[in-house]
Amino acid sequence: MSLTTQVQAVRLRIEDVHISFGPTKVLQGINLEIEPGEFFAFLGPSGSGKSTLLRAIAGFGPTPQGRILINDEDIASLPPWKRDVGMVFQNYALWPHLTVQKNVAFGLEERKVPKAEIFSRVEEALDMVGLSHLADRHPSQLSGGQQQRVALARTIVVRPRLLLLDEPLSNLDANLRVQMRTDILKLQRKLGLTTIFVTHDQEEANTISDRMAVLDKGIIQQIGTPMDLYDYPENSFVAHFLGTTNMIEGEVVTVDGSAVLKAGGGLELSLLDISVDGHHGAIVFRPQSVHVNPETAASSAMNLSGTIESLEFLGSTVRYGVKVGKITVLADEDHQRGKRVYDKMEQVQLVIPQEQVLFVKA
Amino acid sequence: MPRLRTSYLVALALAFFLLVFLVIPVGKVIYVAFQDSSTGALTLVNFVDFFKTSLFRESFLNSLYVAGMSVLFASIIAMPLAYFTTRFNFGGSILIQTLGIVPLIMPPFVGAVAMQLFFGSNGSVNLLLDQWFGINIPFMEGLNGVILVESIHYFPFILINLSAALNNIDRSMEEAAQNLGSTGMRLFRRIVLPLAMPGYLAGASLVFLKAFDDLGTPLLLNVNNMLATQAYLRISSIGISDPMGYVISVILVIFSLFSLWVSMLASRGKDYSGGGKGSSGLLKRDMKGWEKIGAYCLIIFLLLMVLSPHISLLLLSFGTIWSYSVLPDAFTTAHYAEVFSTTRQYITNTLLYAGIAATFDVAIGVAISYVVLRTKVFGRRWLDYIATGALAVPGVVLGIGYLRTFNDFNVPIIDKPLASWWVIIVIALTIRRLPYALRACTAALHQVSLSLEEASENLGAGKTATVRKIVVPLMAGGIVAGFVTSFATATVELSATLMLVTAESDAPLAYGIYVFMQSAAGRGPGAALGLIAVLVVASGSYLAHHFIERNKRMQATSTGH
Repeated sequence: MSLTTQVQAVRLRIEDVHISFGPTKVLQGINLEIEPGEFFAFLGPSGSGKSTLLRAIAGFGPTPQGRILINDEDIASLPPWKRDVGMVFQNYALWPHLTVQKNVAFGLEERKVPKAEIFSRVEEALDMVGLSHLADRHPSQLSGGQQQRVALARTIVVRPRLLLLDEPLSNLDANLRVQMRTDILKLQRKLGLTTIFVTHDQEEANTISDRMAVLDKGIIQQIGTPMDLYDYPENSFVAHFLGTTNMIEGEVVTVDGSAVLKAGGGLELSLLDISVDGHHGAIVFRPQSVHVNPETAASSAMNLSGTIESLEFLGSTVRYGVKVGKITVLADEDHQRGKRVYDKMEQVQLVIPQEQVLFVKA
Repeated sequence: MPRLRTSYLVALALAFFLLVFLVIPVGKVIYVAFQDSSTGALTLVNFVDFFKTSLFRESFLNSLYVAGMSVLFASIIAMPLAYFTTRFNFGGSILIQTLGIVPLIMPPFVGAVAMQLFFGSNGSVNLLLDQWFGINIPFMEGLNGVILVESIHYFPFILINLSAALNNIDRSMEEAAQNLGSTGMRLFRRIVLPLAMPGYLAGASLVFLKAFDDLGTPLLLNVNNMLATQAYLRISSIGISDPMGYVISVILVIFSLFSLWVSMLASRGKDYSGGGKGSSGLLKRDMKGWEKIGAYCLIIFLLLMVLSPHISLLLLSFGTIWSYSVLPDAFTTAHYAEVFSTTRQYITNTLLYAGIAATFDVAIGVAISYVVLRTKVFGRRWLDYIATGALAVPGVVLGIGYLRTFNDFNVPIIDKPLASWWVIIVIALTIRRLPYALRACTAALHQVSLSLEEASENLGAGKTATVRKIVVPLMAGGIVAGFVTSFATATVELSATLMLVTAESDAPLAYGIYVFMQSAAGRGPGAALGLIAVLVVASGSYLAHHFIERNKRMQATSTGH
C-alpha cells in the first residue's frame, strides 16, 4: 500500500472538553466537529488555548474532561502512543542522535513493520517532501526548512488517522513560510488526511484552511470558513482579530419606532436596516466599507461628518483616521496615481452602506 | 495504569536505598549524639561535656578559624583573577582558566606533606628566604599550614562562581548606570559588585564547607586540634561507643548544611542576571602596558603558588632524600617501582571501587532525574533533596554512621559484619559521589526537550521504549560526564574510607597515600601514589569536560534555534 493510497479519512468530534492547569482553566466547553479530509485551523493569540487543545487531541498535557472522538471511538483516555494521531511539533522535535532516515523510520519500527517495508516507506515519504538525498544526514546538518520537511515525513510515514500541525511555520523566514504552506496544503490534499493546523497568524489560517475556529481565553469564539468569519464576525474579538475594523459601542434605544445606537458624546446612529440583538452592543464595519466624500449617495447608509486626524499611506490604499465626535473612524480609500489625498484637519463626509455594517454583542 | 506502577516501583527502590545507606546512618549518628551513653535516654549532656572540654572548644574554634581564613585567602587569590578575565581583553585569560582547574584535580591531603617540604620551616622556600633575607616565615606552622593548603586548593570554587556571575551580568545594567552618570569604582561598588555577590557567596560557602570538614589535610599535617580530626581520633582510638565523635559529627553536619544552604540560596539569586543573549558580560577594555605587566606578574606568582603542591609532589615522588635542602639530593624512579611491585592492590582496589561506585551513581542519577523531572510520583522531589543532601554529610560522619549502623548486620555467606566488608567502602563512595552524578544527569535531562519525547510517544513508542531509545541516548554525554566525575573524585576520597578500611588488602589508593605519608621513609612512594591519583583524576576531569562540551554542541545544533 502506498502512502498516497486514499484511506477513509476520519471525522473528529470534540464534545464539551474542559482543561485546567491546576486552578487555571485553559479551555472551557469546547465543542467542535471536523469533517473527514478537512483542513481545519485553530486560530488565536498566544495563551488562547489553541495549542493546549491540539496537544490534548494528541494525548499530551493534563487529562481533559469531556470526549474526543475519532469517528465514534473516544480516544480521550488513551495514552499518546495508542492514539495513532500524527503530530508535527513547533520546534520539529527531531532526535539529534538519529539520522534523517532513522528519525523517519522510528514510528514504523515501533509499529513492528517489516524491515524491507520500512525502507521503502521511508524512502517514499522522504521523496514526497523532496529530501531523499539527505537521508543519511543528522538533523543538525539541515536547514530549518529541511528539518520541517523531515518532521512532516516522520509523521505522515506512519499514515496516522489525523495530522496535527502545531505552528509548523513559525520558525521559518517569511518567503519559506509561503512556500511551505502551499506544499503542506498540496501534501494534505494528496494524502486526504483530516488535518488540524494551529497558528496565530490570520493570513496563514485564511490561505490554507477550509474552515477554522477562532479561540480566545480558552473559549471557541466562532467557527466557519475564513471568509465567513471575516464578513460576519459574531463578536468584537473575532472582528478585531481578523483584520482591522471599526467598532462603535453604545446603547440601543428606540426613537420614533426605529432603533438608534447612542454612542456617547451626542453621537446617535440609525440602525435602520441592521438586525439588532440586545440593548448594549457595538456596530462594526471594515475601513474599506467607509467612503470619504462619495459622489453618488447610497440608498441606505450611515452618514457621519468629521475631520481628518491622521493618514497612513499603505500602498494600494490610504488609511485615514477621521475624528467623529469623540471617536476615530478608520477609512481606507483606494489609491491611484493622481487621486486626491485629503489633508489633515480637512472636513469630510463619511458614508457607510448599511449592508456593510454589522451589530455585535460587545 | 502500568506506567504509573513502574515509576512508583523505581521511586520506591531509590527511596529505600537512600534511606538505608544515607538517612538511617546519619540519623543514627545524630540520635547517638543526643543519647546518654550509659542509660540510653535522650539528653544534651554530651553537648555540655563537649563544650566543657577545653580541647574540644579549642578544636571547634580552630575549625571555624581555619575555614574562615581559608575563605579569606581563597578570595584574595580568586578576586583579582575573576576581575582580570571579565573586565579586560586579556591574553592571560587562558592561564587563568588553567589556574581555575589545576587545583581541583588534586585533593588537598595528597599534596599536604609535599607542601611541608616546600614551605615548611626547613623547606625550600624558607631556606632560600633565609639565605637571601635572613628571614623565616611560618607558612606551614600548625593551622597556617592547613589554611594555606585549603585555600590554594579550593579558591577555584570562588573563581568559577564569581567569573560566571560577572559574565552573566547584563551589559545594559552597567550601561544604564553609566547613562545615569555613574562610573569607575563607584559603578563597580554600587552595581557590579552587588550583582556578582550571589556568585561570590555561592563559591565562598563551598570553600568554607570544604575547609571545615576536611579530615585528610590536618591529619597529614599532624594538626589534631580540629573537629574532623578529633572525631576520627576519638572513634578510632576510643571506639564507636564514645559519644564525643557523634557530637562532633552533629556539629560538622550543622555547619555543612548551613554553608550549603547559603550556597544554594546565593545561586538561586543569580536569576537576576540578564536574559538577552550577546548582551551579557561587562564591558571589556584593553589593558595599558604597565597594567598588563602587573597583571602578568600577579598571575604568574599565583600560578606558581597554585602549582606548588603539584611541583613538590612531583619532586618528592622522584627524589631520593629531601631534607634541609632546596631540592632533593638526587632523582630516582625507585618509588614508582616500589608502588607497582608491593602495593599494586591499592591501585586495583581503587579502580574497582570507584568504577562500581560511579556506575551505580549514574544509574541512580538517571533514575532520580527522570522520576523527578518526568513523572508525577508523590514526593519525588525528596529523592533529589536527600540525594543532594549527601553533599552536607562529611565523609567522617558517613563513616561513623556506617560503623554504628552496620556493625551488627552480618552479611550471610561471607559471615562478616557489613561494616567491615569492602563493599561498604563502595557504598560509601556511591553515596558520597551521588550528588555529582545526579547533577550531571539532571542537567542532561533538562537539555532534552520534552517535545523529543512527545514525538516518540506520538509515533507509538511507550514510556519505556522512549526512555531507552530517545532519552538515554540523548543524555549519553551527561551520563558519561557524571560517571567520569564521580569516578575521578571517588578515586581520591579519603575521609569515609579512612573510617571503613579494616584490612590493607581491601584498602584503596587514598588510604595507601595516607599510610605511606605517615613515615618519613614512606613519603617517596606515597608521593608516587599521589601522582598516580592525580593523573587518574586529571584525565577523568578532562574526559568529563570533553563529553559535556560535546553534548552541549550536539544539543545546541539540534534544536536549531
